[in-house]
Amino acid sequence: METFMEQLPIVVDSLNVGFLQTLKLFFVTLIGALPLGLIISFGTRSKIAPIRIILKLFIWVIRGTPLMIQLLIIYYFPGLVWKNPIWGGGEIGRFTAASVAFIINYACYFSEIFRGGIISIPVGQDEAGLVLGMTGRQIFFKVKLLQMIKRILPPISNEILTLVKDTSLARIIALQEIIWAGQAFMKGSQGISGAIWPLFFTAVYYLVCNGLLTLLLGGIEKKLEYFR
Amino acid sequence: MSILEVEHISKYFGKTEVLKDICFTLEENQVLSIIGSSGSGKTTLLRCLNFLERPDSGLIRVAGNVVYDSDMMKNMSESVIRKNRLHFGLVFQSFNLFPQYTAIENVMLARQLQAKKEPDYKKNKAAINEGIRKEAEDLLNRMGLSERMNNYPHQLSGGQCQRVAIARALALKPDILCFDEPTSALDPELTGEVLKVIKGLAEQKMTMIIVTHEMSFARDVSDQVIFMDDGYVLEYGTPDEVFGNPKMERTRQFLGNYN
Repeated sequence: METFMEQLPIVVDSLNVGFLQTLKLFFVTLIGALPLGLIISFGTRSKIAPIRIILKLFIWVIRGTPLMIQLLIIYYFPGLVWKNPIWGGGEIGRFTAASVAFIINYACYFSEIFRGGIISIPVGQDEAGLVLGMTGRQIFFKVKLLQMIKRILPPISNEILTLVKDTSLARIIALQEIIWAGQAFMKGSQGISGAIWPLFFTAVYYLVCNGLLTLLLGGIEKKLEYFR
Repeated sequence: MSILEVEHISKYFGKTEVLKDICFTLEENQVLSIIGSSGSGKTTLLRCLNFLERPDSGLIRVAGNVVYDSDMMKNMSESVIRKNRLHFGLVFQSFNLFPQYTAIENVMLARQLQAKKEPDYKKNKAAINEGIRKEAEDLLNRMGLSERMNNYPHQLSGGQCQRVAIARALALKPDILCFDEPTSALDPELTGEVLKVIKGLAEQKMTMIIVTHEMSFARDVSDQVIFMDDGYVLEYGTPDEVFGNPKMERTRQFLGNYN
C-alpha cells in the first residue's frame, strides 16, 4: 500500500484527464444547445400550426423524461434496433452520442427560457421599431435581443450550473468523465483500490468550476445593469 | 392637394366595429386634433394610419398617392408597407424608447439601419454616420435636451423621454407626425414641457395629428378638430366650430366634463 502522498499525483493526473472530458462535454453542449434552443423557441411561436404542435410535443417528451434514459436510448438504439451502431464503440463514439443527447435535452430547456424572455418584452418595443421602418429581423437583433438576454440571464445561469453537474450522467454510457475517473480508484486502478477520497476530490473540481462560472455570469449580469 | 386623405376607413376587432366609415382630409402644415372619450376609436384610427392595425375597408392617400387600400392590401408586401409607413411618424403614450440605447442612439438607430442599405454606404461610412449624428444632435437641441444626449432612458424624466421620442420620430423626416396621447403618462408639470415642444413644431409648420385629452391645448394649437364617439366622427371642423358651437348633443356633453 502506497502512502497518500504517493497516491495523490496519480489520482490528480487521472482526475484531470476525466475533468477535461467533463469540460469538453459541457462546452460542446453549451455551444450546440444555445443556438438550437433559440431556433426551437422561434418554432414554438411559428404561424404554422404543425410546426408548433410537433415542437411542443417534442419539448414535452424531452423535459418529461430523465436525461439518463435519453442518453441510454440515443447511445444503444441504433446498434440494438437498427443493427447499425452509428456511434462506434470507442470513447469518441460515446462522447458524440452523449453530446447529441445533452444538446437536445438542454436545447429544450433553453428554448422555454428564451420563449419566456421574448414574450416578456413589451409589445411597444416592436411597435416603436415598426413605425421607425425597421424589419422584423432588425427589431429582434437591434432592439429586443439584448433586453431578452438581460432578462433570461438568471434562469440561464441556473441551467448552466446544472449542466456542469449533469455531465456526470454520461457515465451511464461509460464516458470517461471525472466521476468515472474518481470511481475507478474504488474498484482498483493504477495500484490504488478501495479509496473513496478521490471522489471527494471530484466534488472540489465541480465546486471550483461552478464558482468560476458564477463569478463570470455575475459579471455579465453586472455589465448589463447600465440599462433597465 | 391635401397631404392626407382618409376615405371610408372601417375596422373590426372580432365582431365589434371600432371604426365606422371614417373620412377626413388634412392640409400640409396644419394640425389636426382628435378628441373623444376612451374607447371611442381615436387611438385605433392613429394606429391604422401607421399600419399597426390594418383597416378592414377604406383608402388612405398621402400627397395623392395611395398608401393603403383595403382591396389590394393582400398583395402588399412587407417592404411596401414599411416604405409607406415612413410617411408617418408616431409618438406613443408610453414613449417606447429603447432602454439599452442612450438618447442620441435612440434617435440615430433607425437612420443608421437605413443608411446601411444604401449602395455607397461602405465608401462614405464615416461621413454618413457623422451626418446622422449631426442631425440627431440638432433635433435633441431643438427638444431642449442638449445636456441629456448621452443619458439612458431610465436616467431621464418622463417629459424628457417623450421629447427624445419626438426627436426619434422626427429623425426619419415623416410627412405627418402622429401623437397618441403624448402627455397621458405625465404629471401636469412634465405635460407642460412636452406640449410646449409640440406647439413649437406647429409654429414651424410641421403637419401633425394629435390624439389628446388636453382640450385647451387642442383648441389652441389645432387647425382642425375631430370629435370621435363610438367609432364615428361626430364633429369635424375648426376649433371654434367644435369647441365653441358643437352640433351634437353628445359633443356638448363630452366637452362639459372639461369645464
